[in-house]
Order: sequence, then C-alpha cells, then structure tokens
Amino acid sequence: MAFYRPARWQKPVAVVVLAALLALPSLLEILDQGYYIGFATRVLIFALAASSLNLVLGFGGMVSLGHAAFFGVGAYVAAICHQAGINEGLLVLPLAMAVAGLFALAVGAVSLRTRGVYFIMITLAFAQMTYYLFVSASLWGGDDGLPIYERMRLGGISLVGDDALFFAALGALTASMLLFSRLAQARFGRTIQAIRENETRMEALGYPVFRYRLVCFALGGAVAGLAGALLANLTGLASPNLLQWTQSGTLLVMVIIGGVGYLWGGVVGAVVLLLLEEVLLAWFDHWHIALGLLLLAVVLFAPKGVAALFGKRHD
Amino acid sequence: MPTRLTVLAAALMLAGSVHAADKVKVGFVSTLSGPGAGLGVDIRDGFNLAVKQLNGKLGGLPAEILIADDQQSPDVAKQATDKLLKRDKVDFMTGVVFSNIMLAVGPAVFQNQTFYISANAGPSQYAGEQCNPFFFNVAWQNDNLHEAVGKVVQDKGFKNVMIVTPNYPGGKDAVSGFKRFYKGQTEEMYTKLGQLDYAAELAQIRAAKPDALFFFLPGGMGINFVKQFVASGLSQQTQLFAPGFSADEDVIKAVGAPMMGMFNSSHWAHDMENAENKRFVAEFEKEYKRLPSLYASQGYDAALMMDAAVRDVKGNLGDKKALQKALEAKRFKSVRGDFKFNSNHYPVQNYYLRAIGKDAQGRVTNKTMGTIFTNHADAYVAQCKMK
Amino acid sequence: MTQLFLEQALNGLQFGLMLFLLAAGLTLVFGIMDCINLAHGSLYMVGAYFVAAAAQAADSFWLGLGAGIAGTAVLGLLLELSLFRQLYRRDHLAQVLATFALILIANETVRLIWGPAPLLLNPPEALAGPVEIAGFFYPAYRLVIIAFGLAVAGLLYLLVAKSRVGMWVRAGASNREMTEALGINVRGLFTAVFVFGAALCALAGGLLGPLLAVQVGMGESVLILAFVVIIIGGIGSIRGALVGALIVGTVDTLGRALLPTLLRALLPADAAATLGPALASILIYLLMAGILFFKPQGLFPARA
Repeated sequence: MAFYRPARWQKPVAVVVLAALLALPSLLEILDQGYYIGFATRVLIFALAASSLNLVLGFGGMVSLGHAAFFGVGAYVAAICHQAGINEGLLVLPLAMAVAGLFALAVGAVSLRTRGVYFIMITLAFAQMTYYLFVSASLWGGDDGLPIYERMRLGGISLVGDDALFFAALGALTASMLLFSRLAQARFGRTIQAIRENETRMEALGYPVFRYRLVCFALGGAVAGLAGALLANLTGLASPNLLQWTQSGTLLVMVIIGGVGYLWGGVVGAVVLLLLEEVLLAWFDHWHIALGLLLLAVVLFAPKGVAALFGKRHD
Repeated sequence: MPTRLTVLAAALMLAGSVHAADKVKVGFVSTLSGPGAGLGVDIRDGFNLAVKQLNGKLGGLPAEILIADDQQSPDVAKQATDKLLKRDKVDFMTGVVFSNIMLAVGPAVFQNQTFYISANAGPSQYAGEQCNPFFFNVAWQNDNLHEAVGKVVQDKGFKNVMIVTPNYPGGKDAVSGFKRFYKGQTEEMYTKLGQLDYAAELAQIRAAKPDALFFFLPGGMGINFVKQFVASGLSQQTQLFAPGFSADEDVIKAVGAPMMGMFNSSHWAHDMENAENKRFVAEFEKEYKRLPSLYASQGYDAALMMDAAVRDVKGNLGDKKALQKALEAKRFKSVRGDFKFNSNHYPVQNYYLRAIGKDAQGRVTNKTMGTIFTNHADAYVAQCKMK
Repeated sequence: MTQLFLEQALNGLQFGLMLFLLAAGLTLVFGIMDCINLAHGSLYMVGAYFVAAAAQAADSFWLGLGAGIAGTAVLGLLLELSLFRQLYRRDHLAQVLATFALILIANETVRLIWGPAPLLLNPPEALAGPVEIAGFFYPAYRLVIIAFGLAVAGLLYLLVAKSRVGMWVRAGASNREMTEALGINVRGLFTAVFVFGAALCALAGGLLGPLLAVQVGMGESVLILAFVVIIIGGIGSIRGALVGALIVGTVDTLGRALLPTLLRALLPADAAATLGPALASILIYLLMAGILFFKPQGLFPARA
C-alpha cells in the first residue's frame, strides 16, 4: 500500500465522463428510454454511498460492516422532514448529513476502541440495532417504511422531474469526489493513510490517531447520509431494508470490486455491480449465482479491484 | 408525397390510441423468493391459470404477462414497477403480496394513470383517505379477516384472549381489526418480525392460561409458531384462531396434521359449491398438483376481472374513464360467489368460518363451517372521498 | 411462576447450546486460521437442507441427520481444499468478499434445487409432543436438542482441553507461527477443523430444522448471532464460545419474556408496548457493544 496520488489522466477523463453524463438525460429522452434516467440516478447515488465507504475503508483502513446504518439514517431524515412538511433540499440535505455524521461520530467513538475483526463486528452490531429500532418505530412507519409523496425542491427548483433529480445526484457526487480528491492529498488525508499503514508509528510520533480516525469515520457517515437522503427522494420511500446488514455487505462489495483505496473505487464498483444486476437479471432468474462466481473470480484473480486494472497506485 | 404519408401515418397512430389496442400488457410484481415466496407463487399460478383458460387472451386481446420478483423488498419492488411502467408501458399492474410494498409502489402507478388490480394487499390507507380511482382490490381490506375472527371469538363466548403478532404495522392493524368485533379481555404480545423460535412466548402463554389464542404471523413465522405451539402441549388447553392467511394450504403443507382443529376466517374456500370454483379447483389441482390457496383464488379472480373489463371497453384501453367504469361494474363470476365493489373499490362480500380437518381423501385441509359476515364492508370506506 | 421461570431457563439453555454448536466451528476457523467466514451460516443452511432431503428420502429423521451431516462434511472438505486454503493468507477484506459471494451462490443454488418454499422436516413421531417433568410440560424434542448440545459441548471440551489434537488446536489459536515451527502439520489441522466445523453446522441445522424452518436465507440471521457469540466470548476460545452462547441464549430469551412486563410496570402502556419488543430485539447487540466497550478482546481472549 502507498499514499494516494492522482494519475495524470484522471482529470481529463473525469471531465469527459462528466460532460457525457450531463448529456445523458436528453439522449435517453430522445431514445424514448426515460426509465433509464431513474436507473442512472440510482447508480450515481450508490456511487456516492460506496465512495463514502471507500473513504472510511480505503483511506482510513477501517473495515466497517455497518455503513448502511448511516445511509439509512440519511434516508429517514429526508422522509421525516417530508412528513413534517419541510421540503427544501437546501435544508434537508445538510440536515441529513449532520444527523448521519453525528450518529457516525457516536458509533465511531465506541467502535474505534476495538481493532480488526472486533471492529467489523461492533459496527455490524450498531447497524443491526438501528435496523431493529426503525422496524419497531411505528411513528415512522415501522417495517412499512416512511413514504415521500413528493420529491423535495432544491433552491427554487423542484426535483419531481427525473432529469432534475439526476442532475442533483450528479452534483452531489461531483462535489463529493472533488472533496475526497482534495482531502486525500491534503495533510488530513496523508495522516489518515499513514495511520492505515502503521498505526503504532503514527501514535509514537504523537499524532492523535483515535481523533483522526473518528473524524474520517464521521465524514464517511455524513456523505452516506447525503446519499441516503437522495435515494429516499428517488424511490419515494425510506425503508428499514436500507439499514439491513446485507446492504452494508453490498456497499462493501462495491468498494472491493471497484478497488479499495482508489479514489474512483466506489464509483467504478457501483457502476459495475448495478449494471451487472440490470443485465444479468434480465437473462437469468438466478443471477446471484453468476454474481457470486464473478465476485470469487475478482477475489482470486483481480484482488485489487477493477480500478486497479486500469492503473497503478503510485509508489 | 412523403409528407402526406407521414400525416396519414400520424393520423393512423392517433386513431390507434383511441381505438382498440392490439394486446394487453400486464405487469406482475410479486414476492417470488424468500420466506414469503409461497404467497406470490400462488397468486402468479392462479393468475396464469386464468389466462391459460382464456387461451392466452384477456378480453379477447393477446395478453402479455411481464413477471418480476420483488424479493419482499419495497425498494426492489419500486424499481421493478418503474421499469414496467416507463419502459414496458403496461396497461395493468397486479401481484403485490405485502401491504408495505403496495404502499411503496402505489404512488408511481397512480401517477402514471395505470390501473392496479390488487390480488392481495389491501392497506387501510387506500381504502380510506388515500383511496384512488386507479386502485382496485379484488381480495379484501387487510382488517376484514381479523374482524371476522374477532366476531367468531366473541360469539363463541371466549372471555380471555391472548393475541400474538409481529411488532410491525400489519400486526397492529390485525389487533385493531380483531378488537373491533371482540369486546372481551385481551393480552397482546408483540414478537420480532421474522422471528422463528417462539419458546419464550409459549412459556408466557402457558403461564397466562388464556382460553383462546389469536395469532397473525404471516409466512414462515406462522408455520413455526403452530408447530411449536402443538409440540409444547398447549393445544389441549387453548383454542387456536387465526385469519385465513395463517391457515391456508401453504401453511398446512408445511405443518401438517398438528394444525387440525384450528379455526380461521376467509372470504373463499376450495370446497365452496359454485360452478366457477369447482372448475378452478379441479383445473388448478390438475395443472399444479396441489390444492389452491386463497392467494391462488385471488390471482385467478384478478385475471378474470381484467378480462371482463377489457372486453367491456372493446379493447379500448386508452379510455381510462370507461375502463374504470367497466372495472367497477364487476362483470365476471368470482370463484368466491357473488360480491360487489364498494365506493372505495374494495369488495363488499361474505366471510366464512373454516376449520382444519381431514377431507374425504384423507388430506389435511380447510372445511367451511359457516358464514361469519354477510355483505361485509371495510371500516375505512367513509373516509374515502372518491366519487 | 416457578414453572414459567424453569421453562424459560430451559429455553435459554436450548437456544444457547444450539448457538454454541455454530459458534464452536466459527471461532476455531476464525481463531486458528484468522479467517472470517461469512458463509458459515450457509453451511448451516445447506446442512439443514441435506438433512431434510435425506430424511425425506430415507423416511427416517435419524438416518437423514446422519447422512446430512456426512454430506455437509464432504462439502466442507471440498470448500476448504478448493477455496478457503487460498483465503487464509489474504486480508480480512478479501475473506469478507469471497465468503459473501459464497452466501449468494449457496442461497441461489439451494433455491434452484429445492425451490423458494421452505422444506418440510418433521421431528421423529415419538418426540413430536410434550413430556411431563415433575408436573410441568416441556416439548420432548427441545429436551433432545438440549441433550445433544450438552453431549457435544462435553465432547468438545474433552477433545480441546485434554487431547493432543486439542492441544495443537489451542496452540494454533494462540500462536500459529510457533505451532508450525514445532513441526505440526498445520495445513492438515486446518482442514480437519474446518470439516469438523461444517459437520457441527449440519448438526445444528438438522436439529433445529424441525423446530424452525428449513428455508433459503436461514443462515444469515443465525450467522450474525454466532458472530455476536464469539465476539463476546473472545475469538478462538471454545470456552468463550460456550459462555458467550449461553449468555446470548439466556439474555435473548429472558429479554423477550420479561422486558415487556417490566416496562409495562415502569412506563405508560403505549410507550411500553412500542419500546418493549424493540428493546428486546436489540438487547443482545447492546450487550455485545457493552462488553466490547469494557473488554475490547471479548471475555476470554485466546491470543495474548
């Protein structure tokens, strides 16, 4: 492992992809494939969620199996705001980030006392607790989940149209990726990566290791909350299913497929997994078998993920 | 010339949208995997059987049934529904088993002005304030079967009833439905959703000594509960009651003989004496080598309902108002006997008491014992402001 | 009241012992090979399906149980040789991904072969009803499960604490390199432990099958519980697994039985009805978080 440094081709490629994405909704409209705008939005949102986990996992070296809890809490904040009549995204989205971030701060403060496998399991335990709390919270719909009948506004713009929400998700993802990219190269990012590589040394050098990790964990949680709030607006529902441990597993799979610790790992993983699902499901009812075999192949033959196939991490 | 041809083509296309469609597309999203799969599979098989008997047509038009699995997840159901509505542009939707999933997919379907014929889920929301011209339920309102059990338990003179149900909204609705007609003493016990071991609850039941026990535990939960209830010897001191969902063929198949003697409520039974039902039960057994459940009967009725309405509007599926009228008119013969739609598009119908025992061929199955309610409507229709 | 208490204690014991069967294999694989096996629950599911299918074919529960355990052990052997052997040296992430993939494959394959509906597995006729012990009734079959659980726990204790193989296993759990240096065939030991763990999974699956349900996805919920058990007990420690399993079994059972009543006495009825079941379902996770807060290595850490 080494520190993250962006490859030279990264910027131009990102600009081209962004331009293509900006044109995508109109193109799909022309082709009369409006359904796929919603699908693309979903991919963007999961790319955001997976990237937030990649921050925690890839850069912070914390294997969290409870990331779906923050994702789900974000979704619930959006739905609860809707229930309370608050439909202004400029208020809802930061609130979702704040609540999910603070929740992650609390979970992290307890969990980060443990190491390795114990950390994996304690994050899982917190996610399970959150799941059962929402299942039994009848005020918020319990197992039925909490519906959002009309998508929020962003500034003055309504997100009811699929195009609008697509652009909102694209904006959120772009902003987050810029932030992560800056962060990874800044002092904070270097420190957190150094802690991942050698915790004892960093501690000996006098770095407040626990505090660095905690901030990283909470930041990941906040961005996951943002993704959750967007997803709830896309599907019109915040449901406890979003908090299930298999959802955390899926996010983890996305990051690992994409490439742990590569800036684009989460994005690539989300795109690959969701496209596979869309394609395989149409061909084969039991597509999970194919997916499972594929994941095994990734573990055995491409252990660094898909992103690693396209470039090296600079030493 | 080309321009004139284009105009002609455009005119033809326009005409096409007003006149008869050349086929009927039905989007069928249901729970076909996981613990609740038995229910969705039965609805699907019932629906398919009806379409097969109609020679692959609905209302005389070739039918295309697009089936998707919701994996009992509202999120997955929402995606599948969006795809069917926006990409495949279906004319009808049906299939959802669970109410929470229905509530998740409903708004998109109604917004798209597509008719939803629910073959199972009958949430109170869509019966009351959120009733919608595009929503029809051909089964029942969720509370109805619980209400019927409440009535029976009240009439039989039980004084001290214990209620077991999962800690989720459907469970709480079951309790309120039951208590709408049962006025005696109750003790309620809420379990974890998806719980499989009921040892702790059974010990409490043993200690509390109720004279009757009403449980609503859908799917695998009910199967386990009944098995463990009988194994603990409680069946000798406590009479079991359940809504039909917890005591139909799917559960009987998994539990077997221990279920004998259990009372339950339903709007349909496979031993009902009418020509349509006899044909349905016989054909279903022939096709799938098992007895149909109430879910299968509901899927079958949903297909018949679409068939009659499409025929009524002569295949002109673009005229939503006429199609709504045709659906409301209910011009098909249901396997449950006669019923009609209320102003909220939910059925007004009879409910029956069934008991589980052995039939003439020695199979453990349901037997109709009598009528609980005649022409019973749901409790929410007054809140529905739809004309 | 004594009846209620006694019955709940037996229920807790029965649940705890079954968790122990699952946790024992998991904690050894985890402790010795340092390998996270999320697919441990899938072995439990596959074991239950094997037992159910064999019992149906042979028309005998006990024959089915034997055949199912043997079948699962063979499957475990194949898995160890083909896949797990390559995973031991990889990091936890790779193990999580690979075994998550195995869960997907196992669930879907079982669905492909046996269909989505649960499989029927009945206990032996003679054990289907309740038995009377000193004036109170308890399901006979649950008593059998308790007997099996106690027997296996005893056997494991003898095997691990007293035998030579057990000594190697314990040595492997606390220091793998040193054990290898002592000239012990760690590779063979790994395979044996993994296969043994798989057989225990099938035993638990087969025994619980008639009580619970033999269905797709049955492994996941139980997997999480087994993880909670070994985390509480300390990874790699059989004694920890036993203590953890009994704690989890008892706390979960008593929580479900007593919490709602307790809360009803303390809180308004409405709040109690909402909070009681919610709290009961998260109790064991709270317990685990609490224990890890004070003892980040679990109750009986195997590694110094």
